[in-house]
Amino acid sequence: MGAHHGPAKGMSRWLLTTNHKDIGTMYLWFSFAMFILGGAFAMVIRAELFQPGMQLVEPGFFNQMTTLHGLVMVFGAIMPSFVGLANWMIPMMIGAPDMALPRMNNWSFWILPPSFLMLASTLFMEGGAPAFGWTFYAPLSTTYAPPSVTFFIFAIHILGVSSIMGSINIIATVMNMRAPGMSYMKMPLFVWTWLITAFLLVAVMPVLAGAVTMMLMDIHFGTSFFSAAGGGDPVLFQHVFWFFGHPEVYIIILPAFGVVSQIIPAFSRKPLFGYASMVYATASIALLSFIVWAHHMYTVGMPVAGELFFMYATMLIAVPTGVKVFNWITTMWRGALSFETPMLFCLGFLVLFTLGGFTGLMLSIAPADFQYHDTYFVVAHFHYVMVAGAVFSMTAAVYYWIPKWTGRMYSESMGRIHFWVSFIGFNIAFFPQHFVGLAGMPRRIPDYSLQFADFNMMSSIGAFIYGASQLLFLYNVIVTIVAGEKVGEDKIWDGAEGLEWTVPCPAPYHTFEVPPKIDAVSAHA
Amino acid sequence: MNFKTVAKACVVSLLVSGPTWALAQNQINMAKGVTEVGAQIYGLHMLIFWICAVIGVAVFAVMFYSIIYHRKSRGVTPAQFHDSTQVEIIWTIIPFLILIGMAVPATSTLLEVYNTDDAEIDILITGYQWKWKYEYLDEQGDNVAFFSNLATSQEEIYNTDAKGANYLLSVDEPMVIPVDTKVRFLVTANDVIHSWWVPELAVKRDAIPGFINEAWTKVPTEGVYRGQCTELCGAYHGFMPIEVHAVSREEYDAWLAAKRSEKVAQTAAAQQALGFEELMASGEAVYRAQCSACHGAQGEGGVGNAIAGSAIALGEVAKHLEVGIKGVAGTAMQAFGGQLSDVDMAAVITYQRNAFGNNTGDIVQPADVVNHKQG
Repeated sequence: MGAHHGPAKGMSRWLLTTNHKDIGTMYLWFSFAMFILGGAFAMVIRAELFQPGMQLVEPGFFNQMTTLHGLVMVFGAIMPSFVGLANWMIPMMIGAPDMALPRMNNWSFWILPPSFLMLASTLFMEGGAPAFGWTFYAPLSTTYAPPSVTFFIFAIHILGVSSIMGSINIIATVMNMRAPGMSYMKMPLFVWTWLITAFLLVAVMPVLAGAVTMMLMDIHFGTSFFSAAGGGDPVLFQHVFWFFGHPEVYIIILPAFGVVSQIIPAFSRKPLFGYASMVYATASIALLSFIVWAHHMYTVGMPVAGELFFMYATMLIAVPTGVKVFNWITTMWRGALSFETPMLFCLGFLVLFTLGGFTGLMLSIAPADFQYHDTYFVVAHFHYVMVAGAVFSMTAAVYYWIPKWTGRMYSESMGRIHFWVSFIGFNIAFFPQHFVGLAGMPRRIPDYSLQFADFNMMSSIGAFIYGASQLLFLYNVIVTIVAGEKVGEDKIWDGAEGLEWTVPCPAPYHTFEVPPKIDAVSAHA
Repeated sequence: MNFKTVAKACVVSLLVSGPTWALAQNQINMAKGVTEVGAQIYGLHMLIFWICAVIGVAVFAVMFYSIIYHRKSRGVTPAQFHDSTQVEIIWTIIPFLILIGMAVPATSTLLEVYNTDDAEIDILITGYQWKWKYEYLDEQGDNVAFFSNLATSQEEIYNTDAKGANYLLSVDEPMVIPVDTKVRFLVTANDVIHSWWVPELAVKRDAIPGFINEAWTKVPTEGVYRGQCTELCGAYHGFMPIEVHAVSREEYDAWLAAKRSEKVAQTAAAQQALGFEELMASGEAVYRAQCSACHGAQGEGGVGNAIAGSAIALGEVAKHLEVGIKGVAGTAMQAFGGQLSDVDMAAVITYQRNAFGNNTGDIVQPADVVNHKQG
């Protein structure tokens, strides 16, 4: 067996692979497939909401769409996409030959597709798919749930196992496999954000597993965790869910912060400003995420002291998040900026994520939240941070590293078109949702009163544009892979820093079998 | 139309100051609220909005300055600075101070929202799939209770009739409260979690089965205030609106007295036998309000089973009454025995047994319902 053997042939390459690049590729393609599926559900939602009145689907099916859209996007699209990115990039960024636990790596990917297949199959079951929202509040998700809820619980368990295995792998890799001289404070910020994210995942996925297990017990084994009639409490569910759920949203956004912290310096041709403070800010956000969960529950009737505690703690998150935004902007200040597609998506991220941050701050104010809670204002807020935050940065990452992955360059003009269509479509879709939310439109309703009609139509048109722009993305990626111009140099972007740019393009199947020497002077990217 | 609306929204949000934002049709800002607490919350919302707007303008100004002047195509040489503890400390502390400035008014408003003391009237609000029940609590135990159902017809929802002005926002029996009186709401639910929200009163409280939450309002001006359920509660979550009529004290007292005598009349009516036509007419009204959403306007079924030609509607009366009064456990079919008066129950059962081609000829009297309930 030679040191530089290539991949196996045929299906077994993918089924049996323990190579971090292959597994990363599978994660990325899987998450894109889920992104399209979750997007299709969103298109059904927006088509029904195009006009007042019920036109296309029944209210019950509408709820199945909102539920599956949320679940598939959060657990199927965004999370696995960043795990895929971590698989591809972390070993190459820290000078490791592969992930620390390659066989587990294979397993953590391969249990995902069956789990989502099972989740999607609930659509065809009697009683329909879960229709209780991606937050699945009891007792709507227990006593009043369709029978398919049991399959939903099983699917959640499996993808939780997958996430925990993936996280353990990342922690083990970062802690043990860094090249000599790659100290923690020299690691690229993407590695840092993922290390912190992995700890969050290991901490909270078991809590989610606990929540769904209690549901399972309530449904099938006669317990009453979430039923007041048996001495339980429906609000307990919300506490347990959001103890998972709030860290979960940072699990989604922290790796996105990492990506942006790689790309903005590269296209500013200037080192990242405030590297250490970025690390501390990320850690602070992660720690705060454990003590703010009940800001999702301001209206459940908590005692006023609890309400105040969660309000103050939530407001504090604005501080480290603000530090991050200030650092990115200062990185750009007096740089030499250019605006290739990855940078465009990062700037889109910066503007729109900041807007989402502002609405987040507004939502943290408990008395004002009595008016915002469960309206489209919240929907607008979390799409600004989830889509313009996580998805935009993920898209930026794909354009930034695809030459390294494939050895071929994407079409810059097509990339820019993709950006502008996405950016405009996104804003037409989600900006008006702030207005209807403030004006009083509740979320998760299949039909609405007439005063919301114009903005909803606008929102639907924007959503169709944004949805179509993702097909453009798919086209760009495929054209790059099959017909993109071959790149000659290792370092594609003149301002880019980091070990991944020291290996050839495309990155060989095995990299850093001999650990690289880390230059004492060249710190992090 | 859409681009016009976009343009209008942009222009309005850029040029017009907060208080004049509300547009009748395409309202883009929060309702100012008719109550004192509502006004406070609105003020808080605008305060934080403007703070965010100012910070946003400053941050984006710096960013766009860089984008315009620090671009490679202008031939600039990038600076290489990358650290400043001093700057980091400054932009940690300043936001922190701004947050304290926000927290102070937020705290006082929150304490006000939570102050449910000294209410003159208590109303128990119970969320059901998919309607609200209002029960006016009386110290002598002479409570007045009624259900408030969506008044919008299935024909409007399914686009065969033109949609009325208050499409999806009007009910058959609104909550009535007197102005200038502190009213306390005790909010709970019968099945799943609902949430009772009226934007202009700035009251939103989750209705949780097995627990009672408190909220309050004191409305200074007479008027009709509308809202909706804001917690996903199943298929017809979007179809359980709230309508509150704030009226003068005299009008309120008269209304309550009328409700009380209605209750007495109902008890009396339950003793009497009614004619077929009468039962069918009121049965149809009850059917449209209570049954048609699930069982279809023509009894064709939907979420619920079809009524037309169903074994239950064509079978024994006792079995039919059993389903109507006690519901079907484990399904969306609720126990209507506690929700409908005996007269209404008799009427709707009679209607179901004779409408949609079910022509059984059966007449169910209120007394039958009473007897059935007593076993």
